[in-house]
Amino acid sequence: MSGRVFGQRVKRLEDPALLRGRGRFIDDIKLPEMAHAAFVRSPHPHAAIKGVDVAAALALDGVHAVYALADLMPHLVTERLVVGLPSRAYRLDVNRPALAGDETCHVGEAVAIVVAENRYVAEDAVELVAVDYDPLPAISDCRAALAPGATLVHLDETHNMVAEFDISYGDAEEAFATAPHVFKESIWLHRGGSHSIECRGAVAAHDPVEDLLTLWSSTQAAHTAMRTLCAMLGRDENQVRIITPDVGGGFGPKLVFYPEDVVVSLAALLLGRPVKWIEDRREHFTASTQERDQYWEAEIAVDGEARILAVRGSMVHDHGAYTARGINLAYNSAVTVPLAYEVPSYAMLVRLAVTNKVPVTPVRGAGHPQGTFVIERLLDRVAQGLGLDPGEVRRRNLVAADRMPCEKPIKTRGDMPVILDSGDYPKCQALALERADYGGFPARKAAARAAGRYRGIGFANYVKGTGRGPFESVSIRIGPSGRILVASGAAAMGQSTHTMLAQIVAEQLGGDMENITVVTGDTRPVPMGIGGSASRQAVTAGSSAHLAAIRIRDKALKVAAHLLEASEADLEIEGDEVRVKGVPDMAVKLGEVAHAVAGTPGYALPPGIEPGMEAEENYVIDDMAFANGTQVVELEVDVETGAVNIVNFVVVHDSGTLINPMVVDGQVMGGVAHGIGNALYEWMCFDETGQPQTTTLAECLLITAAEMPPVEIVHMETPTHLNPLGVKGVGECGVVPAAPAIVAAIEDALSPFGVRISHAPVMPGDIVAMIREAGVREAASGPS
Amino acid sequence: MMGETRTISLTVNGTLYEDEEVEVRFTLADFLRHQLGLTGTHLGCEHGVCGACTILLDGLSARSCLLLAVQADGTEITTIEGIARSEDELHPLQEAFRDNHGLQCGFCTPGMLTTLIEFLGDNPDPTEHEVRIAISGNLCRCTGYQGIVAAALDAAQRLQKEKAAGASQSTP
Repeated sequence: MSGRVFGQRVKRLEDPALLRGRGRFIDDIKLPEMAHAAFVRSPHPHAAIKGVDVAAALALDGVHAVYALADLMPHLVTERLVVGLPSRAYRLDVNRPALAGDETCHVGEAVAIVVAENRYVAEDAVELVAVDYDPLPAISDCRAALAPGATLVHLDETHNMVAEFDISYGDAEEAFATAPHVFKESIWLHRGGSHSIECRGAVAAHDPVEDLLTLWSSTQAAHTAMRTLCAMLGRDENQVRIITPDVGGGFGPKLVFYPEDVVVSLAALLLGRPVKWIEDRREHFTASTQERDQYWEAEIAVDGEARILAVRGSMVHDHGAYTARGINLAYNSAVTVPLAYEVPSYAMLVRLAVTNKVPVTPVRGAGHPQGTFVIERLLDRVAQGLGLDPGEVRRRNLVAADRMPCEKPIKTRGDMPVILDSGDYPKCQALALERADYGGFPARKAAARAAGRYRGIGFANYVKGTGRGPFESVSIRIGPSGRILVASGAAAMGQSTHTMLAQIVAEQLGGDMENITVVTGDTRPVPMGIGGSASRQAVTAGSSAHLAAIRIRDKALKVAAHLLEASEADLEIEGDEVRVKGVPDMAVKLGEVAHAVAGTPGYALPPGIEPGMEAEENYVIDDMAFANGTQVVELEVDVETGAVNIVNFVVVHDSGTLINPMVVDGQVMGGVAHGIGNALYEWMCFDETGQPQTTTLAECLLITAAEMPPVEIVHMETPTHLNPLGVKGVGECGVVPAAPAIVAAIEDALSPFGVRISHAPVMPGDIVAMIREAGVREAASGPS
Repeated sequence: MMGETRTISLTVNGTLYEDEEVEVRFTLADFLRHQLGLTGTHLGCEHGVCGACTILLDGLSARSCLLLAVQADGTEITTIEGIARSEDELHPLQEAFRDNHGLQCGFCTPGMLTTLIEFLGDNPDPTEHEVRIAISGNLCRCTGYQGIVAAALDAAQRLQKEKAAGASQSTP
């Protein structure tokens, strides 16, 4: 449904300011009398706090205040950040405190805030705060945390299992008992952090004239932050405003409300002056949420034709020290396993364990990469075990196009049915394999071997729910200036949200994106909003924007028809005016139209016209739109150094109707880069006591341009019927299948050694060790 | 309240800042951002890895998070705010970034632009591989770098054309 701007590769509205250094990020905000905060953070994974002595810090010149939890308690309705998504599966209630009180449960947990004249002095004073810690035993391995008699992560609790649930349907036990072939795999998945290049930040100011607390926050969910802040501070919704400035990347962790958000706000209230806190990179490593470890024991049962009969197993998910979001990641992982394929029976037991590490919440992909890794590895084991081509095994099991819409016998975490709405998964896989010249690969592999190189190919399919509901708010307003204001509860953090909304609105209202101002992440102009997560905004906010724009267009035509004494049917909106088609001289500006309905005292509005050029939509969508795709990776492994060189990377991707192909390409590409990092480079290391070992970007490696291969992206466009635009989300999609595709390719390259890989990341040392181990096994079993 | 200070003079984006009093421990990045108000230069790690804070110091790229402001005394600095040709005209590299989707959140962009301006000055007709190596000290978490690499190659073409046009114009 390409239009004049919708569906086009139009330039982004965001770029001109950003390219000139005129963006306004959180640390660019400077308010009169603003003071600067730094946090005292726990150096211990687990410790009792016997006391906090702030005297020396307070005595330092330039220090305005030092607050520990006890100082804040009188001003807090509740000391805990109650933010967890609802679930019946919880077994522990471990919400984060605003500041650690008598116990700290992970390195980096905030214990006190120092507010000073500038950040340098604040950091000096942090060194002077004397916290009396009594170190306690700590635990960092989530499996060990569930063992009987395990060290307790929280002193007040009796165990470490924060939640437990199973997702099952059919009779998996029966299927396994009679299946001709069963393959089993133990899988470990690790993920780093998000590492948006901009860390988090908060600037709070209290205006006593209006009794308004304003928090500028680099958040992905402004309205949630507003509600949490109201609840913790006992203020009503009219006394708190959240404004999201430009956000330098989100990728998940900025979705969460943090202790720093409420503590900085309270500090501004108590001091009566604005307070700024900007997270530094070390804090990002220890105080921003991460998503990482899951350990799976998974089995697949297939018939003689490699058709899946059942999948079963168990998984332990590392939840970190506190509940900062919920059980959603582990839930997503477990639901993802049987999503893309016909899996008649399924039984997965999931347990979430607290550990003395940074709390775990979504990072781009949110559990889906892990579930995809598991099923794709199992299918590769089937192919290897039965001597079949991995593509053929998948082709036989993928949900076919004629099954759409296909209701799976599982529920979303919100207890709604999972219905694959649309798509042609087998065609997608076939197209990807064709574009990667899969058929010609054996010759390339042989040629590489002949030249002494080890070349492999691997691929993975994925299906991901996008556009998580129930809605996203959009309000459109045109005033007498004629400028179109679009305000939304959606969050912009680099995904071109302003451009996306402007394209949708401009399509209906004159086609001139330059005449549109988009405001996101501000709780004032729109009362409701959910924010940026789960690849949801093009679907939810996009749909609301589309419907609101149509309402405004209809009204503009009606009013203009009255003003021009013409028939509505003869009118069109072009640029900033409504005109008679074919008679450009007969036109009225949008501003005049707005003025005509703005109301003049004592004069009637045009007949049958409601006041104002304004429309708000909260289009409700409960069912998720499922995007899908296939990634094929061809690479070479240097068996001496363990280095992996990706030589070809093909993505075929279906996210429904494209609003802006350039933006979609960028989203897919960024996701792929993140996925390659997850597969090969990113390693967030903790020792066995929960002490983080990688707290700089020199230790935890993010992918650079030098490692990043060129990626070919091919779009399939299967519109969904679930929203008026036919769009599906894309933000997280690129990351989801990357790791299993890369691991499969490495395994294929190392097939002469018989290496089997069931974890990620796979780093050079791992590869060399696996080859050596395989060699040892080969030597032990004698010459073949 | 101030710690020990020194007075420095330097030129930033063509503007001379004379006798600026600065704390000796202020980084150049903090001085540019918070004292001169040039917030286009960004801080992503403050330990010299991410490259977002890269500026041009006497024409050479440098990490402003790893320099003290006092070290910049007497130098000439270009930041992202000083790259555009004018209020109406972007630099060809900036145009190429916009046309090739070379930025998403824009946080790494100041370092990418400054690094590439130096690089394209040294190597006006680079290969894709050379571009990738040139920006391998600048992290971007959004784009997967493809748009940035495409923008750099596009900018090289634009700058070469501009140079050729300029040369032909100056020919009598």
